[in-house]
Amino acid sequence: MFQLSSEGLSAVKKELARYEAKDSAIIPSLYIAQKENKGWISNDVIHHLSRVMEIPESKISEVFQFYTMFNQQPVGQYHVQVCTNISCALEGGRELANHICKELKVKLGDLTEDGRFTVSRVECLGSCGTAPMMQVNDKYYENLTNESAMNILRGMK
Amino acid sequence: MSEVKYLTEFYHLNEFQGLEGYKKNGGYVQLERAFKMKPEEITEEVKKSGLRGRGGAGFATGVKWGFLPKNGEPRYLLCNADEGEPGTFKDRMMMERAPHQLIEGMIISAYAIGAKKSYIYIRGEYDYPIACVVKAIKEAYAAGLLGKNILGSGFDHEMDVYAGAGAYICGEETGMISSLEGLKGQPKLKPPFPAIQGYLKKPTIVNNVETLAAVKYIIRDGAQGFRKYGTEKSAGSKLFSLSGNIVKPGNYEVPLGYSLKDMIFNLGGGMKPGRKLKAVIPGGSSAPVLNAEEVDRATLDYECLASMGTMLGSGAIIVIDDSQCMVDMLGVLTHFYHHESCGQCTPCREGTGWLNKIVHSILEGRGRLQDIDLLLKVADNMKGRTICALSDAAALPVLSFVSKFRDEFEFFVREGRSKVKGTNYAQMHH
Repeated sequence: MFQLSSEGLSAVKKELARYEAKDSAIIPSLYIAQKENKGWISNDVIHHLSRVMEIPESKISEVFQFYTMFNQQPVGQYHVQVCTNISCALEGGRELANHICKELKVKLGDLTEDGRFTVSRVECLGSCGTAPMMQVNDKYYENLTNESAMNILRGMK
Repeated sequence: MSEVKYLTEFYHLNEFQGLEGYKKNGGYVQLERAFKMKPEEITEEVKKSGLRGRGGAGFATGVKWGFLPKNGEPRYLLCNADEGEPGTFKDRMMMERAPHQLIEGMIISAYAIGAKKSYIYIRGEYDYPIACVVKAIKEAYAAGLLGKNILGSGFDHEMDVYAGAGAYICGEETGMISSLEGLKGQPKLKPPFPAIQGYLKKPTIVNNVETLAAVKYIIRDGAQGFRKYGTEKSAGSKLFSLSGNIVKPGNYEVPLGYSLKDMIFNLGGGMKPGRKLKAVIPGGSSAPVLNAEEVDRATLDYECLASMGTMLGSGAIIVIDDSQCMVDMLGVLTHFYHHESCGQCTPCREGTGWLNKIVHSILEGRGRLQDIDLLLKVADNMKGRTICALSDAAALPVLSFVSKFRDEFEFFVREGRSKVKGTNYAQMHH
């Protein structure tokens, strides 16, 4: 069963007191919980948040499912998100996503065998002038080539 | 006439400008001046300046503020930093380099409209920009620029950041309000407009990052001074995000009314060696595409682009060269809008799915000639029939791509391969 750490719990309590509307704490709390649950939100997480936040599960679940930054399945230690929207597509974003999948021997959305990487194609990340680009966990890597992207990923411990 | 430096006055410094650096360069002087004015004088000045919303819709900012109820009812200022329109990366740069510019503009605007609380809603993927804005807000509180009785003016204001979680629709102002309220980011039916009933049913003004930052320069230069650049209907300067098949992509600030051709071939360094310009999307992915001949005639202002059947939008200029297949590019866009439809209105939820399916069936070699007209028909039926503009935003690229580049669609249907690339979809992307 998932349980927030004591730091996580106090962070959620802080969010609950932070906004005019209690429900506004749902998104920030999902972020806190996702970080503590290896990058994804399971039913357990929703159940636990519902209990500590005193907000119905259905409400939390609805918000969780609406937003793409909350992962509905386990992701690798490194979540590699390659932008394939128009500006990146014009500059090779889709080819970059294919190349990374091929090199890491993984299909889009799946975990690599060692559990370290998940590769996804995502919509515009606001990095259009520095295309193609990828986001690995929270960080942007821009002006990539197939080679530079793989060097960055291979350098991740 | 070339680049100007208002909103971009700190960008040459190339790194985060904290409070100290910002103040050294005249930061927060305009806030002190604004506090010597009456709030309604500021609103009047903003009206006279002709400033229009820089996020996409281009609505007159002062007029929007004027919709607020005149009683003392509590109200909110909400800064739209969701920046999800494909091709747009201007607000990110401001938040990363000079967040105090935004904060100063916001305090002035909040004072003008009488808001004691404001939120900056930033898209969740912008981890670094969020950190920059949070840091700047902390500095502002420590310096007495936020909180109680700011600079002895008697005006109190609290400011906070809210991170979104990945949804294009939250850039729509009522979608953003829903999201901030802790709900799915679904837009709300208007009226009532947010200025009457917004966040938590209280009057709320939602303005884009660039719009709020521009208010500072209206205080500094006055409405007439602000109008030194731009045209009668498109006053001032604006940030443009240049991307796609271009030598020097990036953010450029130019006076409104600037030539699109100069933007691409002078500031942007033109096309890559051996390539020719084929098409330009002038205002973010929702804006109808222009062909090369139209680009020659276009100027970057609201009225010229509207007269050409497209729009200035967020100022995201996406350049497409002659190596690109327009059917393929439209497939990218239909996929995006289908993915981002919030699902509450049937024409959008179903329509975006059909557009995407039809374009992809052409791309995969299963298209029929009548599918091309079917695309136009579906798109036409999606316009003006939904709660928000996402449905229209999905329809407009389809209508313009198909009508201006119909030969490429017909070729793809007849031959099962791209007229430009010579290959089919699977060969193009594997």
